Amino acid sequence: MIAAFARSLLSGAVVSGTPLLYATLAELIGERAGVVNLGLEGVMLVGAVAGFVAAVHTGNAAVAVATAALAGGVFNLLFAYLVVTRRANQLATGLALMFCGVGLSALIGARYVGRQVSGLAEVPIPTLAEIPVIGPALFVHDVLVYGAVPLAVATWWVLYTTRWGLALRAVGENPVAAFAAGKDPRVLQYQALFIAGMLGGIAGAHLSIGVARTWAEWMTAGRGFIAVALVIFAKWQPLRAIAGAFLFGGAISLQLQLQALGVPISPFVLDMLPYMLSLVVLAVWGGSRRHAAPGSLGRVFQGSP
Amino acid sequence: MRGRAVVLSILAVLVSFVTAHAQPNLVVGILHIGSITDAGYNQAHAEAVEVMKKNLPGVEVIEVENVPEGADAERVMENMIKRGARLIIAASFGYLEPALRVAQRYPEVKFVHPGGYKRAPNLTTYWSSTPEAFYLMGMAAGKVTKTNKIGYVVALPISFFLANVNAFELGARSVNPKAETRVVFTGMFLDPAKEATAAAALLDQGADVLGVIVDSPITVVQTAEKRGAYSVGYHYLGAQKFAPKGWISGIAFTWGTLYTRFARQVMDGTWKSENILGNLSDDFFTIAPFGPAVPAGVVGLVNAKKQEFIAGKAHPFQGPLRDNTGAERVGAGQVFPMTDLGKMNWLVEGVIGQPK
Repeated sequence: MIAAFARSLLSGAVVSGTPLLYATLAELIGERAGVVNLGLEGVMLVGAVAGFVAAVHTGNAAVAVATAALAGGVFNLLFAYLVVTRRANQLATGLALMFCGVGLSALIGARYVGRQVSGLAEVPIPTLAEIPVIGPALFVHDVLVYGAVPLAVATWWVLYTTRWGLALRAVGENPVAAFAAGKDPRVLQYQALFIAGMLGGIAGAHLSIGVARTWAEWMTAGRGFIAVALVIFAKWQPLRAIAGAFLFGGAISLQLQLQALGVPISPFVLDMLPYMLSLVVLAVWGGSRRHAAPGSLGRVFQGSP
Repeated sequence: MRGRAVVLSILAVLVSFVTAHAQPNLVVGILHIGSITDAGYNQAHAEAVEVMKKNLPGVEVIEVENVPEGADAERVMENMIKRGARLIIAASFGYLEPALRVAQRYPEVKFVHPGGYKRAPNLTTYWSSTPEAFYLMGMAAGKVTKTNKIGYVVALPISFFLANVNAFELGARSVNPKAETRVVFTGMFLDPAKEATAAAALLDQGADVLGVIVDSPITVVQTAEKRGAYSVGYHYLGAQKFAPKGWISGIAFTWGTLYTRFARQVMDGTWKSENILGNLSDDFFTIAPFGPAVPAGVVGLVNAKKQEFIAGKAHPFQGPLRDNTGAERVGAGQVFPMTDLGKMNWLVEGVIGQPK
């Protein structure tokens, strides 16, 4: 009984947390380059619908994920053009991008509602999947689940140990200084936003062809905004993002598990659980975020003085 | 120049002649709360309008999707009336107040509203009582389950949804005293990823039948099938193709006949304000054929009960009934009236879940 509950809880946490982690990394990379993207929700939806459409037509999950990543990346380039080249306000443009993504995905997806896809297959990892409780909970998932944590580690590695990562962080802190050092902030921001778009697209595809295996209008249901908050929660650190995404996913899973178990707590209270938990963690670990946020986050680079 | 003017005026006359003949007998406006391709609630209303158009070729339809409940809905309705609409279908629960306000301003226009609890001289309300159908599907599920545990993924603890779950459990228990129904509320009308996690949680708790009351049943039905469990659908009968093995049954609204009737009545002047509550004998909803998982004997049992409901010899909420805290809700020899479904804020004994 307890073993079944633990297995179900862990498995649900991993499944709910995976799209959040991809989305959080997407937002984090963009913000490290100094760009806040409130349109992530729209990017995820474009990825979700592109992945689903590709899965319907090709029946190939790898092609579907690649299509989702490309669609998300290209869609985010539109955002990059507006905020980097046209120097538009990031917050307003992000919100516009969100609504644009909602509408565009609904338009493309309308013909695909109720279509069947085989989606991402579950690939049990040999040996590890045999471990009691933990095995079936953690090692019987699709490849995007397995890829999420290594991707967070890779993001950390790129940001902190490579020249490109250093340049990217420099742009986020002080684009004028980065420019003086010979790095064009605009180029780096375009690169960061393209990669962010790809990750956002993958996050969406995991929802449409990994978890739900269906397309529905606005099926991200606010996860893009949760990811924006998780970046702050993670203090712009990719490794902390792992904890944030899976803690939040775990809270979603826990509240559903408790209901299935028949715990006598109001479903309304349980539904607040992930958000209450986030508030508690922020309060306890709060500390000073003054030095955590990239110095020039949200500012528009006007060119060298 | 003059010749040209003559030609133009002849053309103008011709055009007005042609358009006059193309004038529809009736313009019907319909507002949807969501997208008409949701494989669920909105699609059912949109398909009903198509049925009406097919039955009455002279009818023209103005259809608007994603209309927020409130002032926007009023504006859309007035716009439809300006474009000639004489019958407005305000196809969402929250359109009731806006529709009543517009109805007062345009007494010559007829309004119809699904599930409304208030009427006006030019506003009819209509709904169909679904608990009987859920009772019947519960009977089938109660016979099919091996673990005696049925899981229900439900959007929100709304009285009509609670009533359906209660009827389902009562139906299941009528044929299988050990059957219990566990409910998980997702808090959203549509969040497929969360529905998948909720469905998995119920299956992990030992449920081998899953039911669903959210906008689109696809995710839950599909999750059940993947795990080798049975499923009961709602809103969209096309969901059956996602569960070739485990499908038990499902219901979906089919308002086509009713909409045809409304339009015809408006055209011939016999329309009047009513409160229509359909039941099993009307064709306001369809019960999907039972899947291969349901043995023929069970189908016979269910159909016999269906005839009892239609003949008024049975009632899904026949007392004595206790709620799941043990309190008596319906006394022996009494029934819970179908007209009071909006007040059913409790879950019946045998359902594991919190109604508020």
